[in-house]
Amino acid sequence: MKVELRSIHKYFGPVHANNNISLTILPGTIQGIVGENGAGKSTLMKILSGFIQADEGEILLDDQVITIHSPSDALKRGIGMLHQDPLDFPPMKVIDNLLIGQEGGLFPNKRKVAADIKKLANQFGFSIDTEAYVEGLTVGERQQLEIIRLLWMGARILILDEPTTGISASQKEKLFETLTRLASEGMIVIFVSHKLEEIETLCHRAAVFRGGLLVGEAIQPYHTDDLVRLMFGKPMELGSRLGCHSEENVVEIHNLEIEDPRLHIRDVDLDVKAGEVIGLAGMEGSGQRLFLRALGGLLATTGRTKLLVKGHDLTHEPYSSYLKTGVAYVPADRMEEGLIPGLTLKEHFILTGDTKKLFIDQEESLHRTKVKISEFNIKGRPDSYVEELSGGNQQRALLALLNEPLSLVLLEHPSRGLDLESTIWLWEKLKERCKTGTAVIFISSDLEQILHYSDRILVFFGGKVSKPMLAAETNVDQLGQLIGGKGFVN
Amino acid sequence: MKSGSRWYRFGIQVAAVVLALVFTSIILLIAKAQPLEAYKNILVGSFSSIEAITNVIVVWIPLLLASAGALVTFTAGLWNIGIEGQITLGAISTTLVLRLLQHSDVSPAIIIFLAVLSGFIGGALWAALAGALKTYGGVNEIFGGLGLNFVATAMTIWLIFGPWKRPGIGSMSGTEPFANTLWLPTIPGLRLSWWSLLIGILALVLVYVLLSNTHFGLKLKAVGKNRKAASVFGIPTSNFMMSAFLICGGLAGLAGALQVLAVYHRLIPSISSGYGYLGLMVGMLINYQAIWAAPVAFFFAALNFGSIQLPIVMKLDSSLSGVLQGALVLFVLMMDGVRKRFEKKA
Repeated sequence: MKVELRSIHKYFGPVHANNNISLTILPGTIQGIVGENGAGKSTLMKILSGFIQADEGEILLDDQVITIHSPSDALKRGIGMLHQDPLDFPPMKVIDNLLIGQEGGLFPNKRKVAADIKKLANQFGFSIDTEAYVEGLTVGERQQLEIIRLLWMGARILILDEPTTGISASQKEKLFETLTRLASEGMIVIFVSHKLEEIETLCHRAAVFRGGLLVGEAIQPYHTDDLVRLMFGKPMELGSRLGCHSEENVVEIHNLEIEDPRLHIRDVDLDVKAGEVIGLAGMEGSGQRLFLRALGGLLATTGRTKLLVKGHDLTHEPYSSYLKTGVAYVPADRMEEGLIPGLTLKEHFILTGDTKKLFIDQEESLHRTKVKISEFNIKGRPDSYVEELSGGNQQRALLALLNEPLSLVLLEHPSRGLDLESTIWLWEKLKERCKTGTAVIFISSDLEQILHYSDRILVFFGGKVSKPMLAAETNVDQLGQLIGGKGFVN
Repeated sequence: MKSGSRWYRFGIQVAAVVLALVFTSIILLIAKAQPLEAYKNILVGSFSSIEAITNVIVVWIPLLLASAGALVTFTAGLWNIGIEGQITLGAISTTLVLRLLQHSDVSPAIIIFLAVLSGFIGGALWAALAGALKTYGGVNEIFGGLGLNFVATAMTIWLIFGPWKRPGIGSMSGTEPFANTLWLPTIPGLRLSWWSLLIGILALVLVYVLLSNTHFGLKLKAVGKNRKAASVFGIPTSNFMMSAFLICGGLAGLAGALQVLAVYHRLIPSISSGYGYLGLMVGMLINYQAIWAAPVAFFFAALNFGSIQLPIVMKLDSSLSGVLQGALVLFVLMMDGVRKRFEKKA
């Protein structure tokens, strides 16, 4: 079976998630799809597997133009997708999970299905107990179950979205073995990943996505540098950074340890100087967000962690102590964590002002709100609800809500959803803060921005943290390699 | 555009009321009754005399307290369905104090004051139970509240037929009535007590001021609208949720206390009379805006009291008022959904 995608376009509001994507995949191929988060990989896979429909473009299966209305429609045509988080029903037995979504009579033939599944599983050396409950299985076992289910339902094209997240090394080896074997039997395997190493070992071909575009293709043998350059764009000329060079430590981190069901970060030591900007790079979910939240007092640390801000030991202190010490956290999800939909701008400014008195000083807060609105150039009125503001204005509002003075500002993806101009403006505002001695630590998936504005950079990969690198002596290629997991010791 | 949309919203609300009336009329027609006559009887029952109007106010007072309480928990994003039980516990606590002190030398005024206070505390503690289950135990407040309502009812029945039963034999008519001296004074010849009315109105005004003009109210609102962001803002969300439960339960407890002190003068099995649920309905109907609580609660009270006429005059069940109240809430919520759909399309 051959798949051909022709000029696929997909828009989500103003975002052009897939821009004129054309890709042909021949039978027996393991096709890698690489790119940063938000590059458009998953969107294309969802289109192919029927979860969403393309706005423009055609899908051809063996040179026949087809329309895929739904995931079950896709599966009928032999296209099956394995999701990052398995879409099954954990509190039910494996056998019942298999029978769901099956067409057939009122009384399904459980025994026959179980026998079929066992036979199929044996072929690949998987052991699947059809009477086990799904919630008792590991992520890897659930994945194996899902692969067998898709094959059993007749899939000839298997799409896997980041399948190696959360599975063990031996399960990964088994998975790769299986995929290679399926391809050798003439099936198509589409493997979506941001891990370059995996693409390089497994895939016959790789298509690289960036900003909704398919920017290039590569075949074995790969040159990692080329892939990195395709993924992150050409290295840009580095601009001027503020370069605060104070000797005063604002933040001292010793033996930082964070445990999470997926990641384990440990033994991070870092001193942050007054006015310093530190950029955190890495694929989403590599641990940088946990790190940032721990510094903000929003996540508990474990082990021998010691965390000092301006000399105050905040290690096991509640979040309110962090606020008192001048630590501020600016989340990426503005409507989820940053702002409060249903409250006006003015109400937000009241909440961040002095709230010790019983009654609200309406006049004072209105005045303060107006001043902030003009100072931060927010397009909105004091009585505008925050959800009515555009993304850029919401970000401005978040910055305007930060108290003064601050010791440390932590930002998740500060420029997400902002155009270039707003991004530059945002950094001007942050630089003003730096001049007064505030340290800034931020996460971004935009490497240029990290290189451009940071004094030092930390790269995260699977919970491992690189040594701090001087941004002035680092380039995009080096960062890209580290982000892809290359060059990490142990 | 702004004022236009306000009229538009108003029109939608009127449409909802009309639909609710139409719906109730259909029910009446199915029951082979004249809708217009039924509505007329309700109106006559509620407003035909000063006595009738004061009786509506007697119903209005607990409803006002329950609605005010519901507003506080709604603001914190909580569905305190346990108001009913909190009223009951208020009534029980009040009865307890009255029973303990009724034969003592303490002056009646002080006994009454202590009884009211005890009602407030009883309701607040019962709400704190639901609140603790929610905040620290992860039990949804709807389930917790509902469960506690049943426990409260069972407790009342047990007290009336057990430890607090009338001399001789327990009866569904409640405990032994208290002496006149322990009643909240009423207007001569009427069932209405100025004291009750004062407490009811004061409670609503306080809640209104609390929610619209204080930092506490704004923080509570922030917790209700987005708990995650509120905690990032440094608001201790658990404390605020617990406070909302305590205030709401306290107000509900006051309602229970007043039912004992000013209306029934004893503990009866159905002392909460559904005011807790009605209070929640008022809260939903007014879209959680305190300023409308008084008129809407009054309207509900009039429906409740007026419909007592129905079985007498038309041989209809008085639960018709419940049908109309429920239909109103459902249609108002539905029309609000319809409006939002249209606005999204436009």
